Amino acid sequence: MSRLVAFAAIQGGYKVVSQVEGQLEKALESYDASTSIGFGNTAYYLPVIYSLTGMKCETLEDLKKPLDFARGLLPPHVKGANHLPYLGPLLDAGMAGLFAYEVQEAIRILNEPDFYTFTEDPDIDAGKIWVGPADDTILRKRGVEFVDGSAPGFAAVVGAAPDAETAKMIIEDYQKKSLYIFCAANHNGKTAVEQCLQAGMQIGWNTRIVPFGPDISSAIFALGFANRAAMAFGGVEPGDYRRMLMYNKNRIFAFVNALGDVGTEWAVAAAGCVNWGFPTLADTDIPEILPTGICTYEHVVANVPHDEICQKSVEVRGLKINVTEIDIPLAFGPAFEGERVRGADLHAQTGGGKTQCTELVKMADMGEIEDGKVEVVGPDITDLKEGDTFPLGIYVQIAGREFQTDFEPIMERQIHHLINYIQGIMHIGQRDISWVRISKAAIEKGFSLKDIGVVLHAKFHQDFQKIVDKVQVTLYSNKEDVDKLTKRARGEYKTRDERVDTMTDEDVETFYSCTLCQSFAPSHVCSVSPERTGLCGAYNWMDCKASFEINPTGPNQPIQKGKVLDAELGRFEGVDEFIKSASKGAIESYNFYSMVNAPMTTCGCCEAIAAMLPSCNGVMTVGRDYAGDTPCGMKFTTLAGVMGGGASSPGFVGHSKFNITQGKFILGDGGLLRMVWMPKILKDEIYDRLNARGKQMGVENFADMIADETVGVTEEEILPFLQEKGHPALTMDPLIA
Amino acid sequence: MFGTPTPLQSEANLGIMKEDHVNIILHGHEPVLSEMIVAASQTKDMLDYAKEKGANGIQLGGICCTANEILQRHGVPPAGTFLQQELAIITGACDAMVVDVQCVFQALANVAKCFHTKLITTHPIAKMEQDNVIHIEFDEHHAMEDAVKIVRMAIDNFTKRGADVVIPPYKETQIAGFSVESIKYHLGGTFRGTYYTLNDNIINGRIRGLAGVVGCNNARTKHNEEHIMLVKELIKNDVLVLSTGCSALACGTHGLLTPETAAVYCGPGLAEVCETVGIPPVLHLGSCVDNSRILLAATEVVKAGGLGNDLRDLPAAGSAPEWMSEKAIAIGQYFVASGVYVVFGYHMPLDGAPVFKNHLYNELEGIYGGKWDCEPDPIKHAHKIIAHIDKKRKELGIDKARERVLMDMADRQALGME
Repeated sequence: MSRLVAFAAIQGGYKVVSQVEGQLEKALESYDASTSIGFGNTAYYLPVIYSLTGMKCETLEDLKKPLDFARGLLPPHVKGANHLPYLGPLLDAGMAGLFAYEVQEAIRILNEPDFYTFTEDPDIDAGKIWVGPADDTILRKRGVEFVDGSAPGFAAVVGAAPDAETAKMIIEDYQKKSLYIFCAANHNGKTAVEQCLQAGMQIGWNTRIVPFGPDISSAIFALGFANRAAMAFGGVEPGDYRRMLMYNKNRIFAFVNALGDVGTEWAVAAAGCVNWGFPTLADTDIPEILPTGICTYEHVVANVPHDEICQKSVEVRGLKINVTEIDIPLAFGPAFEGERVRGADLHAQTGGGKTQCTELVKMADMGEIEDGKVEVVGPDITDLKEGDTFPLGIYVQIAGREFQTDFEPIMERQIHHLINYIQGIMHIGQRDISWVRISKAAIEKGFSLKDIGVVLHAKFHQDFQKIVDKVQVTLYSNKEDVDKLTKRARGEYKTRDERVDTMTDEDVETFYSCTLCQSFAPSHVCSVSPERTGLCGAYNWMDCKASFEINPTGPNQPIQKGKVLDAELGRFEGVDEFIKSASKGAIESYNFYSMVNAPMTTCGCCEAIAAMLPSCNGVMTVGRDYAGDTPCGMKFTTLAGVMGGGASSPGFVGHSKFNITQGKFILGDGGLLRMVWMPKILKDEIYDRLNARGKQMGVENFADMIADETVGVTEEEILPFLQEKGHPALTMDPLIA
Repeated sequence: MFGTPTPLQSEANLGIMKEDHVNIILHGHEPVLSEMIVAASQTKDMLDYAKEKGANGIQLGGICCTANEILQRHGVPPAGTFLQQELAIITGACDAMVVDVQCVFQALANVAKCFHTKLITTHPIAKMEQDNVIHIEFDEHHAMEDAVKIVRMAIDNFTKRGADVVIPPYKETQIAGFSVESIKYHLGGTFRGTYYTLNDNIINGRIRGLAGVVGCNNARTKHNEEHIMLVKELIKNDVLVLSTGCSALACGTHGLLTPETAAVYCGPGLAEVCETVGIPPVLHLGSCVDNSRILLAATEVVKAGGLGNDLRDLPAAGSAPEWMSEKAIAIGQYFVASGVYVVFGYHMPLDGAPVFKNHLYNELEGIYGGKWDCEPDPIKHAHKIIAHIDKKRKELGIDKARERVLMDMADRQALGME
């Protein structure tokens, strides 16, 4: 039956390529050939074309080349009898179709710039449900989840289920499995995304249901995302098509679900996906391709019943997913983390300025607590009326032979996402400024406060097996108990903060490595010290220490600091030895406290990137959530493209936002006082800490001396501002000796 | 030099000759002059000249391995195997037969003398003594002129046909033109082309193993029978056959080189793979001097991974069931020394030398990993090959059904990127 698939896909290839050739011709008649085209804020041009062929499409004119290439890939049609081999031609036709689809989407965006929202979440109230291609900000934020495995892969769902209930069942199942669901195409005008909305589900990147677009061509955004992840995090060079596709086969565990009748236009897309190692599972009776080879297992599986399609898809792709079965009446998983509980859906809430909501984790003696005991002290949620507020104290006691008080804040930080993982419950904030909103849907399904405890108990055991032996959770909902807990908690927070804030690199003999990203950025090795948190912002020294205790063979390994080779630039003998072996000889040495001299390597995951601004005698930094131009002449995404993949690039360094105000931040180059520019959004976020650290270094109101995009985005524009403010960098020693 | 073959459709057997066309048969082993004749016979000048002489066109056909050369690159249909060379003349429709070297019967001129056929020798080391033979020595500086001269001679000869023309109305369609490179392309396309696709299906057991079935026709056996019985038995047992030389021609004339054959003769696993890739279960890799292609393909299989580190580890074997030429022994030894188990059919002249026989049939395995064997019965012959393949599968640990491994993040990180 493969012959029929080949026949259909090759026909589809001709159809799609010809159609898009026509559209391009028309566009070239209506617009100037030099008109810019593109997928918004991205450094990867049209990503599928760029990643596989190296062609950079920036103007309408540029689109001709990939389309000609696609035309050239189209193989002869398959004969009825005595045909020539068709597997290779089939895959080529698929690729041709996908290139054409990407060009088609570029033309659509040119013709209808407002068709897609280009945001994380659609604007449903305005009737705009299609988000279109993910920009690089979304890519970096979400791509990391594919890197660390918190998103095991994605399901590309094309078409629509027979009804909204079925669509909900399938897609919710994928959510429970923590997969992303990339939706595109319609079946008889119906789309799975609209069915989700009908069934009352929230859609958008935050709930992992991504509404790319209503046509099959929009499915290209899923592949574009996968390929950009390979370039951004995997260090795969554009044009290295073989490595790109193998990377996808072995790292990005994705598959296609075709819901509805598969015509030639779907067939060509499915054939294209096989190049990536992404198999197709259909709910209709199409010809199957079962032998293995290009994909890990089967290539096309047909006639899959809707209630089996999730399980079957995961199996065919060869994906192992550990679903946490927790005994609560609601679904649970990372896909529900980004779900919101809006005003109209709200049943009751705690914290958020209305009442007090406090969380505290404390170590306990083994004999003192009872494992699995969850107690609600005070009224439960079921006793409350709609619209009520209530105070809440979440008090978790953990005992374990390997447990240390240092781990308390780490465990406490888990509470935020763990509660958020519960479907229909929203959690914001942390410590004594927490805010929990409980939806009506959750109450209908029988949610009780006790379930929070059940989740924390189960997940703490599961994720921290090595250090946790017993967990007991008490939930206080009486004002006096909560106030008492809050008072005690505030004392604890203060002690902890002082301990962490005052910890310096000199205080410890051991740093930690982080090679979590190394399977993606092979020569990159992060080293984390107390005063240089991981550049992704997710791991500080204490986290690494705990992670090592929990998993001694894991990605965080202790590094003995050894002899201090250069105290000012932060070079240590032990670290050098370690990185030499961990990077397999690619990197010999780097400095902790300098961006000018042999700076630390950068993977694609950094929160911010600093760059030198020579004429201001200072440096700038830009966070990944700022998409605009910067005085160094490169946007964040371009910088990350240049820097990522484990390069040590003098003059640039990746770092976390928190690191900016840490004591050793580029201290070898003059420290924080070199900072002359950062985006306003970042400046506002760390405003107080900037001033505090500035003051320590002898400059009052330092934050206001730093220029931002409202002042200018070139060195010439910001220099007068710096002079007017008397910025300290201007009078410092030259940055480059 | 003349380009890498890619799969194409053609036909095979004497039925490809056409009564109303000028028929030129190219016979021997060298592709050089025949390439030029293919080019010359397609020129407008020659076609017009043929029309002038009352023919509807020019039909080229091949015999023996020159046939395979022009089949692989140009789709020129072979008229027959080594043993059919005289038969092509006695159709009475062969207006010229051009021969170069090897496997050309000395008596061919005597047969040609009985008909109008012009017999043209082209090679200085392979002239014939009979006076009806024309010698046009191939000279690479004047290749096209020589080719035109030959074609013109054939056209002139069209009008001189004497005896009744009897062309047996038998021919089969075939897909030929496989090469190391084109197989790679067809196993994964421009972007993912790789022999791993093949390996994966060997590992999962759909394909049991590979057999190179090659070599001559032997006048002491029933024409083609050993080849065909052996090949059918192999593909029935899910062994993918790579074929060259007269063996490939035999498979072509028996219709085994069509993709449709897979569903008829193959075991279920091989049939499924053939269906997926769209290939026949027997792949035509060229002339008998292209046997190196089989070894190169086998090397690609080793390199693609999962099936050991050397040719000797592969679940594969070689076979020449109807061998007769000395060079078959040389090629066989080349395979044995490369680590391949080689089975010859008919007979091996070793019975007077038991020590040497033991050396070839047993001791060589310890040295090269490959060894000789001989088995005249084609079915037993097939099962010797299959037993060897099964032995190698066992050594590789792929003799049991593969489990479906589901991978978590850590497993994936351990996966290579190639």
